[in-house]
Amino acid sequence: MILEGKVWIFGDNIDTDAIIAARYLSTTDPEELAAHLMEDIRPDFPKLVGRGDILVAGSNFGCGSSREHAPLAIKGAGIACVVARSFARIFYRNAINIGLPILECEEDLTGLASGEDHLRIDLERGAITHLQSGREYRASPFPPFMREIISRGGLVGYVQARLNKQ
Amino acid sequence: MSNGNGSTMVEKILASGAGVKKAVPGDLVNVQVDLALGNDITAPVAIKEFQRFGLDRVFDPEKIVLVPDHFTPNKDIAAAEQAMVLRRFAEKYGIRHYYEVGRMGIEHALLPEQGLVRPGTVIIGADSHTCTYGALGAFATGVGSTDLAAAMAIGEAWFKVPVTIRFEYDGTLPDWVSGKDLILATIGRIGVDGARYRAMEFAGPVIEKLSMDGRLTMCNMAIEAGGKCGYVQPDQITFAYLEGRVTEPYTAVYSDDDAVYEEVISFDVSMMEPQIAFPPSPDNVRSVSEAAGIKLDQVVIGSCTNGRIEDLRVAAKILKGQKVHPRVRLLVIPATQQIYSQALEEGLLSVFVEAEAAVSTPTCGPCLGGHMGILAGGEKALATTNRNFIGRMGHPESEVYLSSPAVAAASAVAGTIVHPEEVI
Ligand code: SF4
Repeated sequence: MILEGKVWIFGDNIDTDAIIAARYLSTTDPEELAAHLMEDIRPDFPKLVGRGDILVAGSNFGCGSSREHAPLAIKGAGIACVVARSFARIFYRNAINIGLPILECEEDLTGLASGEDHLRIDLERGAITHLQSGREYRASPFPPFMREIISRGGLVGYVQARLNKQ
Repeated sequence: MSNGNGSTMVEKILASGAGVKKAVPGDLVNVQVDLALGNDITAPVAIKEFQRFGLDRVFDPEKIVLVPDHFTPNKDIAAAEQAMVLRRFAEKYGIRHYYEVGRMGIEHALLPEQGLVRPGTVIIGADSHTCTYGALGAFATGVGSTDLAAAMAIGEAWFKVPVTIRFEYDGTLPDWVSGKDLILATIGRIGVDGARYRAMEFAGPVIEKLSMDGRLTMCNMAIEAGGKCGYVQPDQITFAYLEGRVTEPYTAVYSDDDAVYEEVISFDVSMMEPQIAFPPSPDNVRSVSEAAGIKLDQVVIGSCTNGRIEDLRVAAKILKGQKVHPRVRLLVIPATQQIYSQALEEGLLSVFVEAEAAVSTPTCGPCLGGHMGILAGGEKALATTNRNFIGRMGHPESEVYLSSPAVAAASAVAGTIVHPEEVI
């Protein structure tokens, strides 16, 4: 799967409260949640972000609570992929399980120009290309079954497909 | 210890669960789960997702465990409705390991006690403290509700194979220093994300002598260091504990001598004092002497961390013939019905009642600020639980300190945080 989009840059230790504040947890609707994505740390973000954009962050992205609302809000905003140096463990699981592609890339991409630079991401090869300069970064590639989860829209779709086959 | 081509216990368990020869850190594997657990908060969400599959069966009714423990005995109508979702689901799908009030206990104390946890197995639970079962040589970790739904349907879960940090404890444990103090000291040293994504292997002479209850306490709090799991390799203490509990066969798995560890962190425990985690974070750890004089309103002895029989015995030893300080409310919550009944037989419960403690039926209750002992604004509690985040036990302006059962019992008598020696 190849994704291509504009980047939005965030720093280290972006916690689940920053991604979606607890006061909005009374809904699980991705679009309603997306209207408040990153609201407390970048109030204009819900208006700026567009379908297919790529979120780039530093280390420990998604730390804090285990709420599945955090990746849901990101997915609901149309973000195609999150690239970070590292993710908090349960955020990582939850993102994959709801069908949000995320990649860990050791190299620091947070120096890119937010809202301007574009990346192309090849999930199979774990290759990230900076479109303006052609520079390539390496990330851990997705194994086939994880790609299948993502392409089925999440774990529930993946399991459903497995069950249908049986 | 050399760093070579060998594998850790967790790498081996995940490889065998995934049906591959070798699994190395960073690999993503899809593994068969031997047990999938949910409680009255997380299972209703998973059950809702599960219903989307339209299945008339679960993957294996013997391998699913449902425990209504958080808000039970039902604290209000919403809790009653949630507990009912579990009960109905258990009836409909023939889930044998469903534990009703009066027979239940806090999940992470209950599963080992009931013989459901076997060395070498893979256990997932939609509860972060599922890591407790590593004390018996299992790979056990907390997951989300969607994971539980999928596991109930197909009996599989996916994992990224973690790197392992080995923690070695040398020296002799001083009196009144326990597994709880070891794990608090460890979290204090490495921080709440010090073991993020990582497996934590607990080893060394001190662990080799540590009781099973102490090991369960340590593995329980691996998550407070961000760990994916914590574990102790099986040994005679493990096998003695399993004797008479586990009926199904199992194969114990061990780390190779040349296993690769990311890091080895050593502790000399001989001079260790009892440890206290100050609010509002489990890594805000200091020695008990630095907490001396902090006035308490409530003391809680219980939870999946420290509500086992050994914990109650130590508390009773200190409370025998004493009275709880007039300003303090002491709550004692045996973690399971079996522990409750054993404490009754051993006369521990009468020690608590005579000391003027309130003894409760098993429940998570105050541990997560659910019910049965919520704090008012400005109140301070000392608890044997595992988290002391802001508002964890009630009002956002209340404070929770974490300690061992010995320190908790002694401090309930003194009315302030003290070393057990000062009371006995
Ligand atoms: S006792 Fe506390 S930490 Fe343990 S399962 Fe219950 S709420 Fe969670």
